[in-house]
Amino acid sequence: MNEPSGGKLSLRKISRRKLITTGLAATAGVSALGAAAGLAAKYGLIPPDHGGIYGLGETLNYASQRLLTRHSLAREFSRSQISKPPLANEMPPLSDVFKRLQTGRFADWRLEINGMVARPGSFSLDQLKSYPSHSQITMIQCEEGWSYIAEWNGVRLSHVLDVVGVLPQARYVVYFSIDPDWWDSIDMADALHPQTFLAYGLNGDELPVGNGGPLRLRVPRQLGYKSVKFVTHLTVTDSVKGFGKGLGSASPEGGYAWYAGI
Amino acid sequence: MSDSACVPSFVSAVLDTVPATTVPARHSVLVRVTHWVTTLCFVALLVSGAEIVISHPRFYWGETGNVLTPTLFKLPIPASRNLVPTGYGYVLPDQNGWSRYLHFQAAWLVVVTGLLYVVSIFLNGHLRKDLLPGKGDFSWHALSAVMAGHLRFERSSETDARSYNVLQRLSYLFVIFILFPVEIWTGLAMSPAFVSAVPASVNLLGGQQSARTLHFFVSLALVLFLLVHVGMVWLAGFRSRMRAMITGRAGMP
Repeated sequence: MNEPSGGKLSLRKISRRKLITTGLAATAGVSALGAAAGLAAKYGLIPPDHGGIYGLGETLNYASQRLLTRHSLAREFSRSQISKPPLANEMPPLSDVFKRLQTGRFADWRLEINGMVARPGSFSLDQLKSYPSHSQITMIQCEEGWSYIAEWNGVRLSHVLDVVGVLPQARYVVYFSIDPDWWDSIDMADALHPQTFLAYGLNGDELPVGNGGPLRLRVPRQLGYKSVKFVTHLTVTDSVKGFGKGLGSASPEGGYAWYAGI
Repeated sequence: MSDSACVPSFVSAVLDTVPATTVPARHSVLVRVTHWVTTLCFVALLVSGAEIVISHPRFYWGETGNVLTPTLFKLPIPASRNLVPTGYGYVLPDQNGWSRYLHFQAAWLVVVTGLLYVVSIFLNGHLRKDLLPGKGDFSWHALSAVMAGHLRFERSSETDARSYNVLQRLSYLFVIFILFPVEIWTGLAMSPAFVSAVPASVNLLGGQQSARTLHFFVSLALVLFLLVHVGMVWLAGFRSRMRAMITGRAGMP
């Protein structure tokens, strides 16, 4: 067939001008990306799990949502919207240590706080309850897709961090459950957010064990797995590299994103 | 989409001796690249989305929903979590980790690609010339003729190879301007962070579980579109249509 190939015709149409402008645009684009990455790192917008093939999507998620939610509040609902009953989802069997504390009605439960703080300390539930308490009627959304609304009663994490005196170079709060496999971390913006709670009460009662009692760190602007149950220990730090595999939480080690805003 | 202005004289001399229907330009680079990137992303979103759904194959309406609340409907499949009472004696493997990572990475790519495409088609005339139905397309006579032709599985004509018919135009516009945007909106409405910044995104939909259910239904609609689209391409001449969408030039129909 005496038909000029599509390839030959299209090559003719790429003029020198087009090549130069495309080349310049590509260089500009790459430099812009490099500059953006540099800025992102400087402003703490790069998540600890930024490596690997999904790192770009994760960084875009964290950076964009961090910027978008600097002053946002998770929705708070009316009393009539509280779910009855609040779902207490499946849990691994709790250790003997936990069961002993439970028998003692958690009188011996302690929240240790250390790391980049002026006054590291250990707090009992009664001590935490002596601080100004707040309640929030917020939704807990699991990454699986289900959700419920409950009234959480507790003390703001920001208040407790004030008591221990967080040092200015701190960037993350790492928090640990009595369950050794479950630990997580949030950046300071989330840690100091007024809705980030150490919850010890649910719907007017003591926080049931099934919902994370006696103490749960509620992070309502992220998915449920960030709201670690049975919290015993907080470490304030400027880098999460030294914890576990350095990905920010046990979650990326299990394949889940560190940042769970989405 | 005429390229004759850039064609050197010896080439146009050759072209003049060859019937015009064999080498017309069909799809621009922009259309082709965005089309295939979107296809790839859609497959990734679909597969990862399906994986995510099996962790809780129950759907609700309103704000909240969980295994203790009534459902709108349940999918009759096993779940990948013990929590869900599916009636099957086993639990599927949990692949939600990489699924969610892939889902959001593909979502970013499809949104950026889609925005690039939508802005470009407004600017370069593709929307006006090739996607918006023409004036004559909406007469009862014209519409019924096109629909009847489709129902009779008529072989597509020459003009069909070079221009979208009105049913194509309407369905493409529906996918580009309704299905994809609503899918993205309902997706974002499931993000606790996004919703904290833009609560209207979920409130307008009737709640978080409504957003999730709608997201599922729009996914089904997109899958239906995909099946019909591929079916139509097949019936119109798979090879020639694929060649057009890859090289940008329509081959023999």
